[in-house]
Amino acid sequence: MNGSASAPLIEVKDLGVRLNTSRGPAQAVRGVSFSLRRGETLGLVGESGCGKSVTALALMGLLPDSAVVSGSIRLEGSELVGLLDARYCKLRGNRISMIFQEPMTALNPMHTIGRQVAEPLRRHTGCATGEARKQAIALLDRVGLPDAARRVDAYPHQFSGGQRQRITIAMALACQPDVLIADEPTTALDVTIQGQILDLIADLVEERGMSMILISHDLGVIAENVQRMMVMYGGTVVESGETNAVFTRMGHPYTQGLFRARPKLGARKGTRLTTIAGTVPELADLPAGCTFADRCGIVVERCRTALPPAVDVGAGHGVRCIRTDVSMASAPRAGA
Amino acid sequence: MSAPLTIPADAPPLTPGARPATGFWRRALRHRSFVLGAALSLLVLGSALLSLLWTPWSAYDIDIASKLRPPSAAHWLGTDVLGRDIVSLLLVGARSTIMVGVIAVGIGLTFGVCLGLIAAARKGWTEELIMRLSDFTFAFPAVLSAIMLAAVAGPGMLTSITAIGIFQIPTFVRVTRGSANAIWAREFVLAARAAGKGTFRITIEHVLPNILSILIVQATIQFALAILAEAALSYLGLGTQPPQPSWGRMLNDAQTLLFQSPMLAVYPGAAIAIAVLGLNLLGDGLRDLLDPRLARER
Repeated sequence: MNGSASAPLIEVKDLGVRLNTSRGPAQAVRGVSFSLRRGETLGLVGESGCGKSVTALALMGLLPDSAVVSGSIRLEGSELVGLLDARYCKLRGNRISMIFQEPMTALNPMHTIGRQVAEPLRRHTGCATGEARKQAIALLDRVGLPDAARRVDAYPHQFSGGQRQRITIAMALACQPDVLIADEPTTALDVTIQGQILDLIADLVEERGMSMILISHDLGVIAENVQRMMVMYGGTVVESGETNAVFTRMGHPYTQGLFRARPKLGARKGTRLTTIAGTVPELADLPAGCTFADRCGIVVERCRTALPPAVDVGAGHGVRCIRTDVSMASAPRAGA
Repeated sequence: MSAPLTIPADAPPLTPGARPATGFWRRALRHRSFVLGAALSLLVLGSALLSLLWTPWSAYDIDIASKLRPPSAAHWLGTDVLGRDIVSLLLVGARSTIMVGVIAVGIGLTFGVCLGLIAAARKGWTEELIMRLSDFTFAFPAVLSAIMLAAVAGPGMLTSITAIGIFQIPTFVRVTRGSANAIWAREFVLAARAAGKGTFRITIEHVLPNILSILIVQATIQFALAILAEAALSYLGLGTQPPQPSWGRMLNDAQTLLFQSPMLAVYPGAAIAIAVLGLNLLGDGLRDLLDPRLARER
C-alpha cells in the first residue's frame, strides 16, 4: 500500500494460458504483457473467445486446475502465478475484485443481498456481523440501490438486472480493492442502464483510487471509459496504447475492421453493417503466423511464417503487424 | 407524452425479505399427492408414537389359548398364531419400521452427502475414487450385503440397519455430486470465489443450501426403499429378531398359514404398502412444491 506512485501496482509479463479442451490443448492467451499503476484504467477489447476473459480469470487465479499458466503476474512486486490457492483466497475480493457479466446469475438466490455484500467484509477485515451489515447498507446506498436500508434483507430475485449489477459492484468493492476487473459489466443490461452502471464504476474508480481493467467487446464503451486499451485477437494483443492514440491512428487491420464494423447512427435504411470476412481461428489450432492472417485484407506471405512482433508506432502505441506502413495509410479515424 | 406512471400512495408496500417459499403451506395444502402422502406418513408415524404410550394388548404376551381368533370387539383385527393381538403388533411394528428407516437413511444421508460434496468440490482423482467406490457398493443389493453382514455379526436389527444404511450411501453420493456439480458451474459460485471464499465455505454456504430440496426429496424416497428393505430382511429372518414385532416378520409368520388365515398376511402387507405409498407420494409432492418450475406446469 505504500509503493511510490510510479511503481506499477500490477505487472503482467508474457502471460500465457493453455487450456485443456475436449479438442486438445488450446493456447488461449499468448504473450500478454502490461502494467498498471494505481488509479490507471485499462480496457481489453476483442470478440468472443479472443482471450479477454481468460486473461481476467488468470489475474484472479480462478482458472480451472487443468489450465497451465506461464509468464508472470506481479501485484506490488509479489508473484501471483503459482501462488497457493489458500493465499490467493486472501487476495481475492480483498485486493483484487471482479464484476461479472451476468448480474442475474452472479448472486446466490438463497442468500439475502445484505449477507452477500457483507460476506467479503467479514472474511477479509474480520469485522463483526452488525458492523458488516451497517457497512453493507452504506455500500448499497453508495452504488445507488434505492432504499438500501430497507431492502438489505431482500433476496436477489426481488431486484431488476440493473439493480443486481449495482449489488455485485457493492460486493466487489466491499473491501476497497486495489484492482477492479470488470468483465463485460454491462453486456447483459439495457443501453440506458449501461451508461448509468459505467458512470457509477468510473466514479467509484476515481473516488477510491483503484486501478481498473475493463473488458468489453464494445469499442464505444472502451473509448469512453479507459485511459489505455489493448485489442486482443486469437489470444494475443494485436494493438495497445493510449485510448486516444489508438482511436486516432488505428494501426492493426483487426482494430480497423472492428471499428468499421460498428453500427453507425444515421446510416441509410437498408445499409448493411460492415463485417470482417471469415471466422475466428480455433484456439486449439492456431496458425503459425499472425492469427489474423486469414481474415486480413493486406496479408502477404511473410505474415504466415511467424507471429509478428509488436511495432512501436508512437509513444507507447504498439501494433503487432508487419505491414503498418500500408495499414496505417488507410486507417479510419474515430469521429470520421 | 402520456402521464408518467406513478405508484398510488395506497399501494401495498413490498414485503422486504419475503422468502421465495412464500405461501409454501398454502400451496402444499392444495397439492393432492402431497396431502395424501403426508397423511399416510403421519398415520404410520402416529402409530409408532402411540405404541410407545398405549397398545390395546401387549405385543409380547403369548396367549396360545386364543390363537388365530377372527376380528372381534376385543381383538379388532384378530390374533396371530401365538395369540398376540394383531393391532398391537402392527402398532409396535411401525416403531421398528420407522426406526430402521430413520437410522438407515441417516447413515446414507450423512456419508453420502459428505462424499458427494467432496467429490464435486475436489474433482480429479478424489472424485474418481469416490464415484468408483460407490459404484462398487451399489453393485451389491441391500439383501446381499445384509446376509454378508449377518454372517459376520449375526442377524439382528443393528445388522439390517447397517446394511440398509450402507446400501443407501451410493444413491446419495450420486444425487449429491450430480446436483452439486451443477451448482459449482453457476456464476454465483465464481463470484463467491472471486470474493475470496475457499472451497469449504462455498460448499457449505452456496452449494449445500441450493441442493437441499433435492436431498429432502431423495431422502423421502430412500426412506420408502429402506422400509421395503427392512421388511424383506425381516421376512428372511435377518432383520428384527423375535420377540420384537416387525411387519416383515409378521409376513413371514403368516406365510405358513396362508391358506388357513390369509388375512394375517394382508394386514402387515397393507401396512407396508401404506407406508411406502405415503412416503412416495410425499416425496413427489415435495419435489413439485420445492421446485417452482414444476409447480407452475401443473
